[in-house]
Amino acid sequence: MSYNLSVILPEIVISVYVMGALLVAVYTGKDKLGPALVWITSALLAICGLWVAFSTGETHIAFGGMIIDDAFARFAKAVTLFSAAAILLMSEGYMARRGLLRFEYPLLVALASVGMMVMVSAGDLMALYMGLELQSLSVYVIAALRRDSIRSTEAGLKYFVLGSLSSGLLLYGASLTYGFAGTTLFPGIIEAAGAGRIPLGLLFGLVFVAAGMAFKISAAPFHMWTPDVYEGSPTPVTAFFATAPKVAATAMIARVLFDAFGGVVADWQQILAFLSVVSMFLGGIAAIGQRNIKRLMAYSSIAHMGYALMGLAAGTPFGVQSMLVYMVIYVVMNVGTFAFILTMERAGTPVTDIRALNMYSRAEPLRALAMLVLLFSLAGVPPLVGFFAKFYVLSAAVQAGLGWLAVLGVIAAVINAFYYIRIVYYMYFGEEGEGLETQGSPVLWGFLMVSAAAMVLGVVNLFGIEAMAEAAAASLVL
Amino acid sequence: METIILFAPLVGALICGFGWRLIGEAAAQWTATGLLGLACLLSWIVFFGFEGETRQIEILRWIESGSLSTDWAIRLDRLTAIMLIVITTVSALVHLYSFGYMAHDENFREGESYRPRFFAYLSFFTFAMLMLVTADNLLQLFFGWEGVGLASYLLIGFYFRKPSANAAAIKAFVVNRVGDFGFLLGIFALFLLVDSINLDTIFAAVPELATQELVFLGMSFEAVEIVALLLFVGAMGKSAQLFLHTWLPDAMEGPTPVSALIHAATMVTAGVFLVCRMSPIFEFAPDAKTFVVIIGASTAFFAATVGLVQNDIKRVIAYSTCSQLGYMFVAAGVGVYSAAMFHLFTHAFFKALLFLGAGSVIHAMHHQQDMRYYGGLRRKIPYTFWAMMIGTLAITGVGIPLTHIGFAGFLSKDAIIESAWGAHTGVGTYAFWALVVSAAMTSFYSWRLIFMTFFGTPRGPKKVHDHAHESPMTMLAPLGVLSLGAVLAGMIWFGPFFGEHARVAAFFGIPTEAHAEVEEGLGAAVEEATEGHGEEAAEALTEPVAEGEEAHETAAVAALPGEGAIYMAPDNHVMDEAHHAPVWVKVSAFVAMLLGLGLALAMYIRRPELPSAWAATQPPLYRFLLNKWYFDEIYDATFVRGAKGLGRFLWKRGDGTVIDGGINGLAMGIVPYFTRLAGRVQSGYLFHYAFAMVIGVAVLITWMTLFGGAR
Repeated sequence: MSYNLSVILPEIVISVYVMGALLVAVYTGKDKLGPALVWITSALLAICGLWVAFSTGETHIAFGGMIIDDAFARFAKAVTLFSAAAILLMSEGYMARRGLLRFEYPLLVALASVGMMVMVSAGDLMALYMGLELQSLSVYVIAALRRDSIRSTEAGLKYFVLGSLSSGLLLYGASLTYGFAGTTLFPGIIEAAGAGRIPLGLLFGLVFVAAGMAFKISAAPFHMWTPDVYEGSPTPVTAFFATAPKVAATAMIARVLFDAFGGVVADWQQILAFLSVVSMFLGGIAAIGQRNIKRLMAYSSIAHMGYALMGLAAGTPFGVQSMLVYMVIYVVMNVGTFAFILTMERAGTPVTDIRALNMYSRAEPLRALAMLVLLFSLAGVPPLVGFFAKFYVLSAAVQAGLGWLAVLGVIAAVINAFYYIRIVYYMYFGEEGEGLETQGSPVLWGFLMVSAAAMVLGVVNLFGIEAMAEAAAASLVL
Repeated sequence: METIILFAPLVGALICGFGWRLIGEAAAQWTATGLLGLACLLSWIVFFGFEGETRQIEILRWIESGSLSTDWAIRLDRLTAIMLIVITTVSALVHLYSFGYMAHDENFREGESYRPRFFAYLSFFTFAMLMLVTADNLLQLFFGWEGVGLASYLLIGFYFRKPSANAAAIKAFVVNRVGDFGFLLGIFALFLLVDSINLDTIFAAVPELATQELVFLGMSFEAVEIVALLLFVGAMGKSAQLFLHTWLPDAMEGPTPVSALIHAATMVTAGVFLVCRMSPIFEFAPDAKTFVVIIGASTAFFAATVGLVQNDIKRVIAYSTCSQLGYMFVAAGVGVYSAAMFHLFTHAFFKALLFLGAGSVIHAMHHQQDMRYYGGLRRKIPYTFWAMMIGTLAITGVGIPLTHIGFAGFLSKDAIIESAWGAHTGVGTYAFWALVVSAAMTSFYSWRLIFMTFFGTPRGPKKVHDHAHESPMTMLAPLGVLSLGAVLAGMIWFGPFFGEHARVAAFFGIPTEAHAEVEEGLGAAVEEATEGHGEEAAEALTEPVAEGEEAHETAAVAALPGEGAIYMAPDNHVMDEAHHAPVWVKVSAFVAMLLGLGLALAMYIRRPELPSAWAATQPPLYRFLLNKWYFDEIYDATFVRGAKGLGRFLWKRGDGTVIDGGINGLAMGIVPYFTRLAGRVQSGYLFHYAFAMVIGVAVLITWMTLFGGAR
């Protein structure tokens, strides 16, 4: 038993911390402790991230196969924890100035992180569902954090209702799977659905499970909640939604598809390819019509999930590796971009209209330049790192014989480039208009500059992410 | 040394073109001219020191791709050596001449810098031309071929503010493309057949090639005939032969030194050079040779007729150039390549002389080019007058019949006319008569030019005539040097080019039995020539010809294709036949010349009213000639308008409507439509969102049921 517990020690540490902090805060300063809790939680998440990242070694299996701790899980956990920690740091100033910094906020983020850690480590459909629900319930609450705002409440409610629907789909799929495989453990499922032959019921189970999980990464056509929730939530929360849960959910999908349904790659390849194409095109086409930068980023993340799924659709170790690399780069780009969006305000109120960026380069040349780098990177313009992210998934698709998918991906990339470059156009060539105020938080400035610099400097060797992702992918796909 | 000759003009062009801001205009011009002078000096040293043995000087490994392996090398043989001195001499003189001619030009604004650009173009042209003649493989040759085309384009359009100059430049380029297309196809065909573009490999493979057939579109052709024909199409474009000649008269829009260098002495002779260079192929392609003769003779005749009635002094000389190029092709076509090269060589001197003289006249007459406004200029510009006289005596072929004493054109042109007769074929006879008639017309229009310009009474505005002045020394000195060449070049080099068989063979490095002894005599004669005893040397060279005429037939030709600079098949006795031509053939050209001279005298000196009276009595013929046989009009109606129509269609419909329309429609119509659609679907209603998810699941389930692994 102690062996089992030691496998999930990081999760336990965070959980215990959350419980303790919750009790302490309730009985002491309540929201006055908010800033301190943000810093402490962020530090704890980062430390746990380092802990997980540096705990090497072989694969551990705990609780009779319900929890798997392998290189793949550790990679995904580390990325998730780091991005959660980063988002927390970024949100402190913004939330504090608007009176939103309740003490529950950092603790809910930490709880969601625990849920995500379980999601990527799950070796059983039950454990998977537990982690997923822990994460989901936490983020529903965070989405509605601004209780006095109709939009925020609406966002939380929409997210909750649709999330419940997707959980229903997932559970239905899980029960079908259990019915036809006789077990919820992944090794048992792969036995029942192995070697290319799969019972029809199990196939239905696969489709429902995939649909439920696709909701979490907001892949089209299960994406409808994303723009509304992104727009309605406070911006730091939006930044959180766009980063950590996406990494965890993609990793979870990879885990389920390879560990439980690894014998019928050809079947789920079609599902993923379909989701990928629809996401890439819908994200790009719908984003063109957006003036609100938060909605625009919502569609942008939909499109990016399409590309990540393309890597996964390859169904090869290289495909998983490309997906992981893509997600890391995507998270870094999003952290930087949201660090910028958080600074967009006028007379103390946040501004989300992209036309407010007109001639921003004249007022803030350095920030504009950093944003330009990030936007070009998001669009996948060579030689920035974002290009290599797309290049990886495209070559994975081509190598797996999905040339048509890669071609569609390139076409979608052209459409997607439009709305990123339009922002650059506003910043450098737009009409002179009402400018933005410069909100000079050094933390945000630092995140913006570091991630922009990473987009440029990373072209040398991607900071060694490739090798780590390769090791992670190797541990998942045997 | 050869490398210096090749690259000195390039260095000059670069320094002059890019460095003049640093070193100043005058210094830039002198740098370019000085470097060309150096190249010229070295070329003459190479020419006299040349032994006749073909040499290759490798510069760098150029292309290595598949079975295509090519060096960048200088091929030095007699043809190259001849071309080297022709190019560098004329180019150096033209550089010098341009100092005076380009000093003031009203085509450019005050203070605008155009001279370094002009000199840089001239030097670049020279480099490209040298690259062409020193090429050791066809690609290198083509590089030079296109390089001179580019330089020609730039220089014809040098007065870029004149629409006519731009039009002429484009015309020259486009018409040359037609020829270049043929040339390229020829190169491709050779590569296909021989798997190499190196000249040595090709020449060695020619006898084998002669037995091969080339299948194209289900029809089979004799490979060597096709290759020769395609190469000749390239030569036709560059050398302005009939059907592809229309650009040359228009090219006179360029400054006159350009006309002298590019459109008289060097570039336009590249076609002749090409045919001579590829003589091993042409020797195996009798049909192609026949075609060459027909085109050459027809061009000579056609251009001469048009030249009769032109009034622009430069156009007269341009048509004369066209006509003389026809002569050269006739010689090459009947297989006497040495005669073609001989005429190329002498023609370079007297035609450059005529052009530079015409430039001097134009300079004196304030850029008036119409001869109808000239007249009586011989006292105003005496040096130019005498230079033009020498040039005219040379081109019309004045000399003492049945000897080898005469002006340059006398010897080389008679050599060609005799060769045409000596071919003893149907086309040979046609060429012979066409050329004799052309000689008469050449004489007529050349003397007409002289009489209209220098004799009679001044016909232009009095002010211009009063201000007519002799050109500066920088312009007169080149005229003097070229005059010397126009007088002596024929007599000095008659022997090696068109003397007895063995001597020609020795000169061009073709192995024969009688090789050694002749070479000795030749060496001595040439040595004498260098020491300046032109007359004696000429005699020394011409004397043995009469004695050796019996001996030459025994000098068996043992050469294989590729040995020596030119190749004449063992059964090619045209040159010997030409030497044995009857007296009436030998004097025919001279008589034709006298006829032309007499007619010109009668019409322009005795009774100046006669020409207009004759033109009035024969209006259709006069207009036909004045409008250059309506070639431009026919081409405009057929090719130009068709091409423009096709271009406009592709531009407006293809590019504008289909491509731009398609892209714009997609970017501004279809994608925004879907964007609006996506916006509408995103209604904000929860049940719409849930519905979309259910639809998604339904689609996936249906898909998997129909196409999934469960089936």
